Amino acid sequence: MPTPILEIRNLQVTFNTPVGPLVAVRGVDIDVHAGEMLAVVGESGSGKSVSFLAAMGLLPRSATVTGSVLLDGQQIVGMSPKQMRSVRGRLMSMIFQDPLSALNPVHRVGAQITEMLRAHSKMSERAANARAVELLEIVGIPQPGDRAMQYPHEFSGGMRQRVVIAMAIANSPKVLIADEPTTALDVTVQAQILEVIQRVQVQFGTAVVLITHDLGVVARVCERVNVMYAGCFVERGNVHGIFEQPTHPYTRGLLASLPQTGVERLVPIAGFPPNMLRPPSGCAFRARCDHAVEACGSAIPPLVPVGESESACIRASELMGRK
Amino acid sequence: MLKYVVRRLAWSIPTLCFVTFLVYVALRIGTNPVESYKRINPRASPEKIAQYIDVNGLDPNYVRGYFRWLVNFITLDWPRSIKGSREVAPALKDALANTLRLGTAASVVGITVGLLLGIFAALRPGGRRDVAVNTAAFVGISIPPYVSAILFQLFFAVYWSRWFGSTLFPTSGVYPPGQTGFNLGLMIRHMVLPTMVVAIQIIAVYARYMRSSLLDVLSSEYMRTARSKGISERRVLFKHGLRNALIPVVTIAALDVGSIVGGLIITENIFSYPGMGKYFLSAFGEGDFPLLMPWMVLIVFSVLLFNLLADVSYAWLDPRIRLE
Repeated sequence: MPTPILEIRNLQVTFNTPVGPLVAVRGVDIDVHAGEMLAVVGESGSGKSVSFLAAMGLLPRSATVTGSVLLDGQQIVGMSPKQMRSVRGRLMSMIFQDPLSALNPVHRVGAQITEMLRAHSKMSERAANARAVELLEIVGIPQPGDRAMQYPHEFSGGMRQRVVIAMAIANSPKVLIADEPTTALDVTVQAQILEVIQRVQVQFGTAVVLITHDLGVVARVCERVNVMYAGCFVERGNVHGIFEQPTHPYTRGLLASLPQTGVERLVPIAGFPPNMLRPPSGCAFRARCDHAVEACGSAIPPLVPVGESESACIRASELMGRK
Repeated sequence: MLKYVVRRLAWSIPTLCFVTFLVYVALRIGTNPVESYKRINPRASPEKIAQYIDVNGLDPNYVRGYFRWLVNFITLDWPRSIKGSREVAPALKDALANTLRLGTAASVVGITVGLLLGIFAALRPGGRRDVAVNTAAFVGISIPPYVSAILFQLFFAVYWSRWFGSTLFPTSGVYPPGQTGFNLGLMIRHMVLPTMVVAIQIIAVYARYMRSSLLDVLSSEYMRTARSKGISERRVLFKHGLRNALIPVVTIAALDVGSIVGGLIITENIFSYPGMGKYFLSAFGEGDFPLLMPWMVLIVFSVLLFNLLADVSYAWLDPRIRLE
């Protein structure tokens, strides 16, 4: 296996809040390989966005980040703000969830893209403008020349997300982090945006980390999937393997709560995610798990190979046979 | 945009007429201009009184009277004041010039310092600077101008001359008594104290506006997008943050500056500063109708004008606003 372009080891993120430290990410390992599309799945508050905002150095001052994040061989954790700025937007960039609020309302769309270009290269204004129009064309915006002169409010939600993508890929980054890029869009537009992201991935050879809670999206576009719960990964592996034979009860619960044709009722996962101001000992999912036993509470279970995937459930192989 | 401005200006004419009619009626009921005339000129002949009633449009029928006044006003055939039989236009012009000078100085100092303090506070919400600015702003807003004015007069004139033998800043007027002709140095020295009194209020209010507006903007998602581009923190703040944070502040500032034309009534009176506020108070005290009406027209006009200016500046700063 080649060395990953982004290698995260034992990443921990803690927020200092007025009511005490909140542990959002508890020791996460992840490898992103050049040019792949990788999914990180989990419900709200599982720490999936926070992990990658930490990698981008975009967390507020109240956050403490420890561990190791190697991007193309460079250690990012502990970088000076200046070094971090030269990485951000050049080697690694990000697409945000809500395109309606991710663009600055008072600047022209073209100017917001050229700003990204000129932040990292000594491009003339003219060349940057021309490149911005090209980028808008790549992401499928009709009449890119005219559109570049318009303001964000003159674009629809889907079109704004295309602009955000154009901005993110402006410097042909090695890694593109897409933080719930389709969540705020309606379903027909979602498919188009995913298609744009896939096209960019192929055309620029960019590795894409797709952060989402939508397993339907994952099944459509990703090769590998990482399932996150309460600041830890609970399962990871090949998309098809996990969809056919989930090894962790949480993943199984997620899949059961997906709408399917022929199935009358959705089965939600009972209970609520744990309060991360007081993270539970042992397996964080055990309070909601039908299969929990006493041993589940003793230590945070590590990811171990089970079948084709890796699972952080101590009873994974035992439960595999049952349905 | 130009079409909009022209249309708004055209609309301001009927508005001006309507509001001045209301003011006309209010003044006639409130000050009884004919009685005021008789009180100040007890030996006026019936012909003189009739003439006064005629040129001021004080017909018993308010509507007919108003139109008589309006015709005289528009043709610049303004009656003289009751007291002293002075020409009104030059008096009003002087008062306006003095107030504009004081108001502009106080607004420029006040808004600039206020905005800077607000930015300074918003950069670290909850930090020591933020607490200091908030406390100072709270104190500044809480001290009414008649208290701060008197404290300044006490300190810079009374105590200062006791300690050092001469006053630091004069406490009244635009020039010392006897001074004739223009003298910039003397004028500035006379303006220092009233400017400070007014500016303190403005600083306090604008520090708070700016702080909350900027805090709002700093937590918005496009600021994170800007940061994710790898541009400098200064560029993020100035290019993306301030531009957005200034939108509401500039709009409020336009309205506030418009209201200054109405005079800084309290401050001007404490410092015997011959501006619009002092003009109004003395004219109102005498019930001097010929002095009061043009003053009112000017105030109404400036409010309308600065409202328009606020709308235009809003549209100019925020591309989402379309004026039509």
